[in-house]
Amino acid sequence: MNRIIEKIKGITWKYYLNYIVIGVVAAVFSALTFAGALPQSTLYLLERMTISIILAVSLGLVVGFLGELSLGHAGFMCIGAYIGGKVSVLLADALGKGVVNLLISLLVGALIAAAAGFIVGLPALRLKGDYLAIVTLAFCEIVKSLFQNTSEESFGGPLGLRTPRFDKQYLFIIGFVLVLVTLAVIQNLLRSKHGRAITAIRDNEIAAHATGINVTKYKLVAFVISAAFAGVAGVLYSFANNNVQAAVFDYNYSIEILVMVVLGGMGNITGTIISAAVITYLNTTLTVVLTGNLAVLKDLIYALVLILIVVYNNAPALKNFREKYNPRKFLKALLKLTHPESKKYADDEGAWARVPTKIEMNEILSTDIVVNESTKNPDKADKGE
Amino acid sequence: MEFITTLVNGLSLGGIYAMIALGYTMVYGIAKMLNFAHGDIIMVGGYTILVFLAINPIVSIVAAVVMCVLLGVSIEKVAYKPLRGSSPLAVLITAIGMSYFLQSLAQIIFGTAPRYVIIAEFGSLELGALKIGHGTLITLAAAVCVMVLLNLFVKYTKIGRAMIAVSEDKDAARLMGIDINMIITLTFAIGSALAALAGLFSLMNVPTIMPTYGALPGIKAFTAAVIGGIGSIPGAMLGGILLGVVECICNSLPGVAPYTTAIEFAILIVILLVKPTGLLGKKRREKV
Repeated sequence: MNRIIEKIKGITWKYYLNYIVIGVVAAVFSALTFAGALPQSTLYLLERMTISIILAVSLGLVVGFLGELSLGHAGFMCIGAYIGGKVSVLLADALGKGVVNLLISLLVGALIAAAAGFIVGLPALRLKGDYLAIVTLAFCEIVKSLFQNTSEESFGGPLGLRTPRFDKQYLFIIGFVLVLVTLAVIQNLLRSKHGRAITAIRDNEIAAHATGINVTKYKLVAFVISAAFAGVAGVLYSFANNNVQAAVFDYNYSIEILVMVVLGGMGNITGTIISAAVITYLNTTLTVVLTGNLAVLKDLIYALVLILIVVYNNAPALKNFREKYNPRKFLKALLKLTHPESKKYADDEGAWARVPTKIEMNEILSTDIVVNESTKNPDKADKGE
Repeated sequence: MEFITTLVNGLSLGGIYAMIALGYTMVYGIAKMLNFAHGDIIMVGGYTILVFLAINPIVSIVAAVVMCVLLGVSIEKVAYKPLRGSSPLAVLITAIGMSYFLQSLAQIIFGTAPRYVIIAEFGSLELGALKIGHGTLITLAAAVCVMVLLNLFVKYTKIGRAMIAVSEDKDAARLMGIDINMIITLTFAIGSALAALAGLFSLMNVPTIMPTYGALPGIKAFTAAVIGGIGSIPGAMLGGILLGVVECICNSLPGVAPYTTAIEFAILIVILLVKPTGLLGKKRREKV
């Protein structure tokens, strides 16, 4: 008995916080649904939230942890939605519109999306940052255009593919289960040796390569997993709607997912989940409130918030300000969450408990001191003091 | 005969793409960033023409160029300059945010419905069975002029050569006494002025404008810049013209027309696979 208690005490609860919170939320909403207390619109909202969370977390693997920018995440989702939707249509007569049909469609959709991720990733990941962004963007456009020009019998063409909507109310519960699966796969991957290799590539690709990490392999692994979960989200989308239209999965949709990742904090899974849920909620409610030309205000605010957050988080000039007024530090001081030993390290830059971020890593690895000093104040350097 | 018409149309469209692509490529060469908001500067130029067209076509063109230059330079100062020296991903995301911002601002001011902008009535040149619009010919001539002038400017003026120096080695250029900030501002100004001209010429050929007007030409011109080798000025011209001709030829074939965009992007992917730095791009060596 004591052993079990010891074991429970030994669990690092931090790792499981995401699962617990999402599980509790799902349980509460399921109970409310079966009690009949939730309107249909809330159920739709929950479905959309789970789709967004899966998309954002999977894109976060590539953008936040691998450090490559993909602008074609909606393309993989499009493949999942069309392939999964088609499979579900074909199976609808034999299996009905229930859970079995959904599971088979999910599997097929995810596999095909992963295969597409592999085919795109294999050549594209030889390219660097900016080039990869444009190739994934091009891929998204190609997928969209191919599905738009299919015949009516195969994938519905420009009118879109008619899919059977899931026949029960509890699609969102399956959505939450899939969110948990996504989290389990991605979080465990990141905590493993392979995940460390992926973050090492983000921090310094050349250094990672020099230590014997197979850069191409790990980039591909991250890319394919990310694509597979985008496919899962796509299949879920096709089950949540009566119709799949290629025009939905455009460049702007990819950007919207990217906004979720960036606002949540790149490389922060909990933040990504929160921002995906909040943005989806705001999107849905604001579309009801703001009509006509005002609907655009939403996009305007997104754009401004995106720019401000990125500039605030990354501008070299604001570095001191950020360190001085760190909201996390403030919160910790308020709740007295700081580990008693951490005071010892507070002023020690070389604290081993801290994992250096990418920018700090660059500073550590840089040997070119003269150049760094002149970049700090280029105006003075020009006057030749 | 029809093929020649298609080819001339393609060259003219290619000229427009090349003008936009030059903006992308110059900014990439000097500031080492992808200016995703570049396409939307074309849109702003188009709307400026719409607003000032009531006064006089010439005034509207001048206003569009001035407006775009001011906008391009101020975007650089507000959004990109604070991020200089931080990760490329951050700059790229800010640029995407800027593009989104401009599009939604235009939607709020002008609405989503397309507007008609007829700058002037153009006839067309007829040589036997050959029929080419005057607008197309003017575009082609202007594109050639712009490219020649830009090449001369970059190669033979002091500022142009300073630009090349900055794109090759920023730190060495600074040690030679070149004002890097001034060169970057100037690059954004030239790129934005070219974008305004591109907006003008595409309005001559297709006289409708809407808030997402710049998005697709922007992405295509960017594709052109990457095909030609981003950072290389002749590369952007080559890529733009290649893409314009391919687009017009594809559009003229009935079975292929729906796939035009897909084919253009497929060309990009194939070229990047064969030559990862583009057709005329230089190899970059990695320094640790």
